[in-house]
Formats: sequence, C-alpha cells, structure tokens
Amino acid sequence: MNLVIVGLNHKTSPIEIREKLSFPSHSIGDPLKKLTNHYGLNEGVILSTCNRVEVLAITSELEKGTWQIKRFLSDFHSIPLEKLDEHLYVHQGEEAVKHLFRVAAGLDSMVLGEPQILGQVKDSYGYAVEHNTAGIIVNKLYHKAFQVSKRVRTETKIGESAVSISFAAVELARKIFGELAGKTCMLVGAGEMAELAARHLQSNGVREILVANRTYEKAVELVKCFCGTAIMFREFPHYLKNVDIVIASTGSPNFIIKPDQIHEVMKERRHKPMFFIDISVPRNVDPLVNNIDNCYVYDVDDLQGVVVANLQERHKEAEEAEQIIIEEIDKFYRWIKSLDVVPTIIALRQECDSIRKAELAKALPALQSLGPKEQKVLEAMTTAIVNKILHHPVTHLKKEANRIEGDLYIDTIRKLFDLSIDEEAVRKAAQSNDD
Amino acid sequence: MSEIFFHITAAVYLLATIVYSTYLFIRKDRLLGIAQAIIIAGFTFHTATIALRWIAAGRTPATSFHESLTLFAWIMVALFLMLVVKYKQRVLGAFVAPFALLLIITASLLPAEIVPLSPVLESYWLPVHVMLAFLGNAFFALAFFLGVMYVIQDKYLKSRKLKGLYFVLPSLETLDELNYKCLQYGFPLLTAAIITGAIWSEYALGSYWEWKHRQVWSLITWFLYAALLHGRLTAGWRGRKAAILSGVAFITLISSFIIINIVSGGAHGLSK
Repeated sequence: MNLVIVGLNHKTSPIEIREKLSFPSHSIGDPLKKLTNHYGLNEGVILSTCNRVEVLAITSELEKGTWQIKRFLSDFHSIPLEKLDEHLYVHQGEEAVKHLFRVAAGLDSMVLGEPQILGQVKDSYGYAVEHNTAGIIVNKLYHKAFQVSKRVRTETKIGESAVSISFAAVELARKIFGELAGKTCMLVGAGEMAELAARHLQSNGVREILVANRTYEKAVELVKCFCGTAIMFREFPHYLKNVDIVIASTGSPNFIIKPDQIHEVMKERRHKPMFFIDISVPRNVDPLVNNIDNCYVYDVDDLQGVVVANLQERHKEAEEAEQIIIEEIDKFYRWIKSLDVVPTIIALRQECDSIRKAELAKALPALQSLGPKEQKVLEAMTTAIVNKILHHPVTHLKKEANRIEGDLYIDTIRKLFDLSIDEEAVRKAAQSNDD
Repeated sequence: MSEIFFHITAAVYLLATIVYSTYLFIRKDRLLGIAQAIIIAGFTFHTATIALRWIAAGRTPATSFHESLTLFAWIMVALFLMLVVKYKQRVLGAFVAPFALLLIITASLLPAEIVPLSPVLESYWLPVHVMLAFLGNAFFALAFFLGVMYVIQDKYLKSRKLKGLYFVLPSLETLDELNYKCLQYGFPLLTAAIITGAIWSEYALGSYWEWKHRQVWSLITWFLYAALLHGRLTAGWRGRKAAILSGVAFITLISSFIIINIVSGGAHGLSK
C-alpha cells in the first residue's frame, strides 16, 4: 500500500507559514478534486487546522506521489516550493499510518492528548467522502484511526487530567469534595476567568452560585446566565458559612478574606471543607487561610503548577498510548495483507472449479449409460478431488499472508495459476473483514 | 495441609503487596486490577487455611496468638473485598495487602501447633465473641488505613504540589465518609464483643468482669472510639483531626492486642 502524508505543524513551522497553507473548510472540495484529478493521486484527504496542514494520499509510486503532493501545495497556495520545503515533513508507508493514528489520538498535538483534533480528523475524512476522494484504503485507514483514538482514550488516562487553569480548579474541587452535586459556589468579583471556572463547576454539578461584585448591576447581569443569586458586595462575608467553593477575583489591593474571619466561619459550618480559588493579582485571599484545617487556598501560580503536574502525568500516559498505536498498526497491516490473500483464494477456487465443471460437461455425454445417481457420485468425487488438492495450498497461503514474505506467496500463486483478480472480489473481501 | 496453604497465602500476599506498591509508584490502572486478582487468590488460600485448621482443631481457630493473627487477617481481607464491591475504592488494597502480609508473617514466627482448649472455655460464646471482636477490629483497621490515606491526600492538597499518590487517592470527602462509616460499624461490634466476652466469662469462670489485662485494654479502646464517635457527632470533628484520632485509637488497639497476647501467651491466655 503506497500511503504518503506531506504536511506541516506547529513544531515545524511558524504561524505565518501555516496560515498561508490553510484550506478553509467551506471550499475544500476544489483542492480535493485538484489533488486527485490533476496530480495523479488515487485517493486524498486534506486536514487543515490552526496547528497543522496535512495532505494524505494513496499513490501508485511513493516518491512520485510525494513530489506531486508538494507540488500541489506549492501550486495551490502560490508559494515557491523552495520556501515551503524546509517546513514540510513527509511520512510514507507504515510511518504514515503511524502518524495518522498519532494525530487522531492527540499524541502529536500542542496540548498532549487534547480531544478536539479527533473531531477535526473526522471532518477532514468526511470532506473526502463527500467529494469522492476517499477510496477503499482511505475508508479503512480512517475508521481504524478513529478506533485507535477511542482505544487510547479508554485505556489510558491521557485525556483525564485538566490542562487549563479553570479545569484544574474543577479537578481540585473534585479531589476535595468528591461529588460536586449539591455544593455551593460564590464568586467574589466577577472577572472573566472566575466566570469560566464557575461555568465549569456548574456543569460538574455545583448547585448554587452566588455572585458578589462591587458594582451590583454587573453581578445581577452575570447571575442571569447562571441562574444564580446576586448579593451585595459588603454582605458576602455573611454568606460564607454556606459556601463550599469561593472564587475570588476582585481588583482589591488587599486581602479581602482573612484567617480570623475564616476561623469563625469554619466553626459555624462545623468544619466542612472550604476551597478558595484566588485568581486575582494581587491576591484576595490571605495565604494563611490555607493553614486552617479543612481549608484549601489555591492562587493563580498554584493552579498553574497543577496544570504542569497534570501535563507531566499525561506524558506518562502517552507512552502507553504509543504502545497501543504500535499494536494497532500491526493489526492494520495484517488486514491489508489479508485483503490480498482473500481474493487470491477465491480466484484460485473459482479457477479450479471452472476447470472441473468444464471437463465434467465434456465427459458426461460419453457416459450415457450412467443413471442420475451415478452422475451425482461423479460430481461429488470430482469436487472432493479439487478440494483436497487445494486444501494445503489454501491453508499455507492464509498462514503465510501474515508474514513478511506473504506477498511473494500470493504473487507466485497468482502467476502459477494465471489468476486475474477482479475489483468486485476485493471490495467484498474488504467488507467482510470490516469489523 | 493447612500448613502448606498458610505458606502459599503468605507468598501470594507478598506478591499482591509488590504489585500494589508498583502501582502506587507507576500508577497504571491495569496493575491495580492485577493486584486485586492476586489478593483474591491469596484470600482463597487463606480461606482454605482457616477452614482446614477449624476442622483439625474442632473449634474456632482463635485460641493461640498464631491462630488469632491468621483469623484476624482473614476477616480484614474479607471485609476489604466487600468494601471494594460496595464503594469501588480499590486503592485501599495497597494498605490492606501489606498489613495482611505483616500479620501472616508475624503469625508464621509464632508456635503453630494446635493446643487443646480447657474444657471450661468450650462454649458457643467462643465463636460469637471472637467473630464480633475481629470484625469490629477489622472495621477499625480499615478506618485506620482510610485515615492514613486522608492525611496523605490532605498533605498534598495543602502543599499545593500535586504528584505521586495524589493522582491515585480518592477525594477527601470520600475518605472521610468511609472512615466514619467504618467507625459506625466497628463500634457496635466492639461493644457487642465486650458484652459477649463478659457473658462467656460468667459462664466459664463464674464472673462477668475480672479487671484482667484484656478487659482493661478493651475498655480503654472502647472509650477511645466512643470519644471519637462522640466528637464526630456533636463537636463536628472531621477530616484530618478525625483521621489522626482514628489512627491513635487503632494503634492503641493493636498494641493492646499484642501486649495481651505476649503477657498471657495465647489469645487472652485461654489455652493455659
């Protein structure tokens, strides 16, 4: 199978180059058609995101196909190839399969394991199907890639830990409170970041959201989109005893939440844990509050630290994901090989059976004396002979097809028996193999 | 035969301990599943050990220090497995396995022969008392492990440096709730064990209470746990404080158990 991927990503090229090469999704049909019609490529897919542009194609000749894709990129965007070439990477054959699987699983992404890329890969395949540039190999290849991505996501924890500050806050809240259902959150100050964190908390089950802001009107406005309650800023300390999570983001130059005050609050709430997310600079929550039992204070730097720790944890998971990808490539190649062997076996059987039928048809008129019963015996006997002769070659062919020199066996059988493989048989075999 | 199973049990618990420790270190969920399968295998051998010993002795195998440790470890692992089914906190095994191993190894160092029980003590109260006491103590042991996990997780969250065990330990609330639940089950069991012990003593020895080591110590432990439960119920003790106190209570319990057995040789000196 001659598969080529030519492309560039955030690692190999600056944004100035990537934006010039991007293909807008609303007009992707034109480049896809040009790719297959004018550049002699059999099947083609174009993936274009803000971090990468890649062209995947099936070609009859690897080197020529690679060159054609490069020319296509250069021609289509009117950028001289010399200028482009240094940013392009090329993956051929098995390397290309691996690259596609890694991209779909988010292993090649800027934020390791991010899930959006899978949707983008799915879209790119969808366009190719829509514009008839996806054939049997691309179909199978992409379905496999989606399957691999799913396996990576379910079998490793690569997408589990939060890698943005607001998600990190939610994750911490979960490690403190377990279930967030029924918990109450208070926003002190109504910054954009605070709003984002509150939204995440709400979608994770937080029941009630209170908003206290110096400008009361702004609090009222914000509360509308949360179905929360606006409170007067100076009154927020009175509400603290019923609040589990506090998100502070005021512009105050001093601490507005202090240890003495929280000591009292904790007594009132019978020491149920409190989580303070302080995303204001300068800080709003006195760090000494963290020393009170069952109180946890995280400022922006702490949250950033959590993100870094999570990313490291993702890198660990990525190793396992790479292992899964290697396994799946192996499976995929076994399937590709069987694609060759199954139609060969079908053709071999058909060839021998047609010889048998022809010879039997010739012989029967000369055997007029035989009754229908004897004719049946003759029919069964000749069939048995053909089957017995073919038994060993077919068994060996099936076995050898999965080995490295499998192609050699298939090729030899085809030549020895002068078999022609029709496309329909290949298609059928592919479908029956499709799990 | 019981002897062979005993050694296999020890070996399998050792293996489980190794796999659990590796899990804590490299944090691959698959290892946790493997470790759990191993501890279940160990528990099966453990069950066989106790069943055979029970048949051989013709009575509850809890009259020597060796037997008591083995039986207690069995009940604790059984309870852990039930807790995993109900609350899915598989990581608890990483504490249960080494502790079970420690108990089994200690038991293996002690004389293992079956000693005849003095006829006055032969009674239906023996299995009842022993099972109540060990089940209660097993709950306290699990409460202790949950407390240790709480203290570790709390330390990570307070320090704001998240690494290692932070990723595998459950949430603080979960740990605190389970710790409380274990105390709530353990305490009535301990109380019932003390009462049945007293009744048994009345039947066998003619007095309910003799202020012997075992009785004094169990009373001390009872008061500690009573205070802890009371604090949780009325004064809102929870979290780290409650976790540490359940640790203190359990350490008292286990030391008294050891002291009693060393001082009186055999579980409560019953075999003499």
